[in-house]
Amino acid sequence: MSGAGATSETALSIEDITVHFGGLVAVSDMTFTVNEGEVVGLIGPNGAGKTTAFNVITGFLRPTRGEIRYRGRSLNGLRPHEVAEAGLVRTFQKTSVFATNTVFENILIGLHRRGRATAWQTLLGLPGVRAEEQRLRDEARALLDFVGIAQRAGELGGALPYGEQRLLEVAIALAARPSMLLLDEPVSGMNPSETSSFMRLLERIRARDVTVLLVEHDMRMVMGVSDRVVVLNQGKIIAEGPPADIQGNPEVIRAYLGAGVRDA
Amino acid sequence: MDQLLQHLLNALILGGTYALLGIGLTLIFGIMRVVNFTHGELYALGAYMVYFFAMVLGVNFFLALVVAVLIGIAVGGLIELVLLRGLRDASIDTTMLVMIGAWIIMQNSEQLAWSGVAKSIVPPFPQEPLVLGPVSVSWTRVFVFVVAALLIVGTHLLIQRTRLGKAMRATFQDRDTAALMGVNINAVYTATFALGSGLAAAAGALLGPVFVVTPTMGNLAALKAFAIVILGGLGNIKGATAGGFILAFAEEIGAGYVSSGYRDAMGFLLIIIVLLFRPTGLFARAERVG
Amino acid sequence: MIDLLRWLWLAFLLSVPIWLGDQYYLHILITTGIFTIAAMSLNLLLGFTGQLSLGHVAFFGIGAYTSALLSLGFDLELAEGYTFVLAPKPVWFAFLCGVLVAGFFGWVIGKISFKVRGAYFVIVTISFAEVVRLVALNWVDLTEGPMALSNIPPFTLAVPGLWEQTLYRKAPNYYLMLAIAILSYLIVRRLVLSRTGRAMIALRENEPLATSVGIDVTRYLVLAAVVSAAMAGAAGGLYAHYVRIVDPDVFLFIYTVTMVIMVITGGKGTLAGPVVGGLFFGILPVLLRTIAEPEAQWIIYGVFMIVIVYFLPDGIVPAVRGWVESLQSGRPTPEPAALTGTAAAERKAD
Repeated sequence: MSGAGATSETALSIEDITVHFGGLVAVSDMTFTVNEGEVVGLIGPNGAGKTTAFNVITGFLRPTRGEIRYRGRSLNGLRPHEVAEAGLVRTFQKTSVFATNTVFENILIGLHRRGRATAWQTLLGLPGVRAEEQRLRDEARALLDFVGIAQRAGELGGALPYGEQRLLEVAIALAARPSMLLLDEPVSGMNPSETSSFMRLLERIRARDVTVLLVEHDMRMVMGVSDRVVVLNQGKIIAEGPPADIQGNPEVIRAYLGAGVRDA
Repeated sequence: MDQLLQHLLNALILGGTYALLGIGLTLIFGIMRVVNFTHGELYALGAYMVYFFAMVLGVNFFLALVVAVLIGIAVGGLIELVLLRGLRDASIDTTMLVMIGAWIIMQNSEQLAWSGVAKSIVPPFPQEPLVLGPVSVSWTRVFVFVVAALLIVGTHLLIQRTRLGKAMRATFQDRDTAALMGVNINAVYTATFALGSGLAAAAGALLGPVFVVTPTMGNLAALKAFAIVILGGLGNIKGATAGGFILAFAEEIGAGYVSSGYRDAMGFLLIIIVLLFRPTGLFARAERVG
Repeated sequence: MIDLLRWLWLAFLLSVPIWLGDQYYLHILITTGIFTIAAMSLNLLLGFTGQLSLGHVAFFGIGAYTSALLSLGFDLELAEGYTFVLAPKPVWFAFLCGVLVAGFFGWVIGKISFKVRGAYFVIVTISFAEVVRLVALNWVDLTEGPMALSNIPPFTLAVPGLWEQTLYRKAPNYYLMLAIAILSYLIVRRLVLSRTGRAMIALRENEPLATSVGIDVTRYLVLAAVVSAAMAGAAGGLYAHYVRIVDPDVFLFIYTVTMVIMVITGGKGTLAGPVVGGLFFGILPVLLRTIAEPEAQWIIYGVFMIVIVYFLPDGIVPAVRGWVESLQSGRPTPEPAALTGTAAAERKAD
């Protein structure tokens, strides 16, 4: 499914990213780009360095070498919240929500960037603050509808069934109004019907002009949503191209079969 | 110069007992990740037990020391069994609060039992100090140093050479894997807490005759123990040993040349400064048990 | 319904000096109230923002000493022959300075907490409070050490030119304390139910997630620390000018423990928690006074705290709330410990 929104304008560019953990090389000379409006899938066997790449892009990890640019602006050295300010928001591999808050509150927290009220303004009770709160609540309600978990609004984030927790995660990320979304194994653990729902959600996200980079193991899903696929193995990119090209690529198959039993 | 040597000698002796305190806590803090507020109380308990057995009951001094340490071990094990076992997977706040509760109970019990009046323990050593050239040291302190050194070596051997020690080291590295490998985590935790408490009691038992015994003596001791643990790195016995001596030296030099009032502040200042520059402790890279 | 209860409670609090003749009990209420303000401030940092700060009494004491020293005036020999002299300042000015200085130290702790995490941070905060205590104890030239700062002037409230009242008697002090307590409560409430409060709670609950959606964690942590410290400093200033004598014992760790017990048993991360805990542990000693010595009382508190932590880990307020809700709806509903105001507002709005 090639997206109608994909352009040829570079959004995210990653150049020669290398990450050393002591003696271990997690990622080595990784270079690729993601264009505006594209959906790019990042695949590879376990331990290939996919989550490391995410951590580097979003500021959770400092690369040993290399450059990351988003819309022409360098992201090197930025802290995670600054990366979010630049428009890139990520989700996490292990389910990550605010467990003791309600679903609605979770979204409100995610909408942090969409508000401007400072502590002083809040304390002084300035009129703009209340209006902003109302606006944020309206946005939260809309987002819950968009993602499809509105009926869960009053429940605790940690009490949701697994599939809906993952949807909540995406909703929180979307609340931050990203121009680019980085999804880390969004459908892992989901059953086929949940996965299909998610793929439809992804289409709706695309329609909002959000660029997407996703890491996934579910091949059907990745090949189904991506405009392009990048394949990592042992920290290096071994293939890149449209899904059809990747599926038949002998190197890719070798990487998966060869690394199949090893759990890194 | 003579003064300096005297200070250094005092620091050496004090450092030995501080090391005991620190090793005990670093084991507990390192292996169990519990902010053990009762550590100081076990220190005080050790001193009070020596007072009780040696001074009140008239038992032989050395026997009293042994009994005090044994009681420390028993109480430590009891605390772990009764209070901590039920909190195995609770958050650090929760265990911290329970430990604070236990600390309050212990200290006030001691206050009720012995009143706030300082007690002194008279050890069976000759009163005249041993004179070694320019410095002098009391026989009591010599004894303290020797016993402390033996206990330090003994603990080190226990950790390195025994099955229990191996189990403790494994649990420190990775609790879940150790459990999968057949290590009885519950037993390890109880043993760790008991051992750490026993060392604290030993430190108190040894220092009781040197200083006086009061119900609040544990407070400063606990804080100093934390300073030592941070200096030496969590779970690092050699580090805790070094930390104990470093703290003792800092205190002696500080008290001797800066101001004796701020002597106790040395430990805290050291903690704060170290943590500011090395947020995970001085020997952080050496974080391991043994 | 809740609002009616709130107004009734306020009316009750306002009426107390009218019918409570016993000055001793009034004194207890005032000191309890002062400690409750400190507990509320600790709750902001410990309960809502999740920082294990166990040096809170330092801010209280710094507020007390700063306010006391400035209102008394002091001279300090800085070098040979040069003495720095500060004339006594009006109490309201000294009080504000106490708040600011305490807030400054809160800023310092906030900055440190970001570098030093978890259990290490606990130790740093305890050490910090101990260092401050030892300084207060040993810097006798400035603080009088164990001899204490005494004859601290009481508050003077004035409307310039029209009216002036110096608060010697207990009743006016009670109202001053109540005013500041209510103000503190409202400040915490407003902060916590806002975007700012949500950021603090987020950083407590799941820091990586919070930062991934653009929340500047350091900034909110420092903010919580500053407000929390300043509020504790205000409580300290109140204390200094009410009790009118301040000594280094005000920095004892046991007072931090008292505040922690109040917050935790009342319910950390709730608005009512520290108030319930404060009243409970402020008044309990008075009730127990006749039947148990102080040490025995403390043992009871210790046991109580352990019991609460084991059986009601979220504290009394959430437990009661959950119980009331299960009575109302016929089945137990879990109540999040945080953002309870928001949850209630949500239920009203939806």
